[in-house]
Amino acid sequence: MADELSPRIEDKLYQNRYLVDAGRAHIKVREHDVPTAPLLALLTACPARCYELNDKGQVEITVDGCVECGTCRVIGEPTGDIEWNYPRGGYGVLFKFG
Amino acid sequence: MIDEHFDAIVIGAGMGGNAAALTMAERGLKVLQIERGEYPGSKNVQGAILYSEMLEKIIPNFREDAPLERHLVEQRFWMMDDRSHTGLHYRSEDFNEEKPNRYTIIRAQFDKWFSSKVREAGAVVLCETTVTELVKDTFGRVIGVRVDRAGGFVRADVVVIAEGVSGLLGTRANLRDIPKAANVALAVKEMHFMPRETIESRFNIKGDEGVVIEAAGTITKGMTGMGFIYSNKECVSIGIGCLVSDFQKAGETPYGLLERFKRHPSVAPLIEGSEVKEYAAHLIPEGGYKAIPQLYGDGWVVVGDAAQLNNAIHREGSNLAMTSGRLAGEAIARIKTRRDPMTADNLAVYKELIDKSFIMKDLKKYKDMPSLLHTQSQNFFLTYPQLVNKAMENFVRVDGTPKREKEKLTMRAFVAARTWWGLIWDAFSLARAWR
Repeated sequence: MADELSPRIEDKLYQNRYLVDAGRAHIKVREHDVPTAPLLALLTACPARCYELNDKGQVEITVDGCVECGTCRVIGEPTGDIEWNYPRGGYGVLFKFG
Repeated sequence: MIDEHFDAIVIGAGMGGNAAALTMAERGLKVLQIERGEYPGSKNVQGAILYSEMLEKIIPNFREDAPLERHLVEQRFWMMDDRSHTGLHYRSEDFNEEKPNRYTIIRAQFDKWFSSKVREAGAVVLCETTVTELVKDTFGRVIGVRVDRAGGFVRADVVVIAEGVSGLLGTRANLRDIPKAANVALAVKEMHFMPRETIESRFNIKGDEGVVIEAAGTITKGMTGMGFIYSNKECVSIGIGCLVSDFQKAGETPYGLLERFKRHPSVAPLIEGSEVKEYAAHLIPEGGYKAIPQLYGDGWVVVGDAAQLNNAIHREGSNLAMTSGRLAGEAIARIKTRRDPMTADNLAVYKELIDKSFIMKDLKKYKDMPSLLHTQSQNFFLTYPQLVNKAMENFVRVDGTPKREKEKLTMRAFVAARTWWGLIWDAFSLARAWR
């Protein structure tokens, strides 16, 4: 991530409005010891960079900045790597412009 | 209200859902529309370009009060390498007509307006409510939906699924498969604000005139995709999208691509000094004709992005959503008037209307285009843009090299990159897919 063209995604997401549904993540990663190829792909493919590696080398998700595009569902749901739901009504990203 | 029985439930308040809900409500049906966002539009993302003709068929006098941005007078196609672009621009004074053909819009604002028309027509619009399940009876017929509110089962004769591209409810109910990574593109977009005079001088426009730039080339690093820049009144929408399967393989980040595109020497001056107010991402159906799923069944129809209806070549996603929503609404109203049940046999009329419309005719025309562009992305999005820009440089740069020599260099570069057979084959494949 040393590439100068990799912007801080936090700066981008900071502009967005969210209503976070604390404690009710709408996406869950299947428990694993070693991440599968689809899970590793999510580290870079997720446009909000919600997926990160933890200390043990497992893929974790923090959904707070999720823009609900569905990319991870297309990549990770068919293989059972993730479970994807719409956020509860009214929660999640709230686009001002869209 | 949850105890009420509706003629139709519409899931989603995007272009397809609004078109369907409005069409049915205007024809006297008792319609419930359910939207998970805080207000209609708060979950919707598009470039966005609105095509007048398809909206006129639903709201003929929309120009009176719709929140439109700029009417388009110029279209630019750019073929880009890392430091240059070769462009094809079409601009015409004829687009400054009384009833312009295309407008840029901002979806969150537009959808709110569209939804106000749906309410005025008499539909019940329920926001901040997520549909969690399509409810079926023992015969497999869809009889209503379950929502994430207390006691949340609502019955209806028919459910119009306008849930958008990801299509969670439809796949869960086994009505269709989850979209394949090779059949959807992920686009990311930012809204860059600046004074309107700045936009007008940078894009060479006046008043409410607007410009669209669509760009392909090395900006997508060999992946199938494109960049876009749309001028709105006081902001510029700038974004880039590529197939999800390509992102998956290449390991590129979407925001990294966007940042690179923004810093391209041809792009940077257009957005210099602007204030970014939003970052959004969205999937776009790209599979074309061959990726269209079953469109109807007992008690349900599917419209818009959820039905993967998008003409990727002409960038007509919302257009097809509006039209399919309207046709679904008309089909359902027709069945209702006859007092017939909403069976698959009867709802087949929706598919017949779609088949007869421009939707299927256009998608059929380009049915081979997705597989051609998707399997040969290196050639079409990396090699050719570089070659074309090199050829242009050879043509315009005067450096004492004899012109015949320059032409030879250009030709040799094309042949070296693709071989004669490769060039002929590419031209042939492209022509065949276009026809």
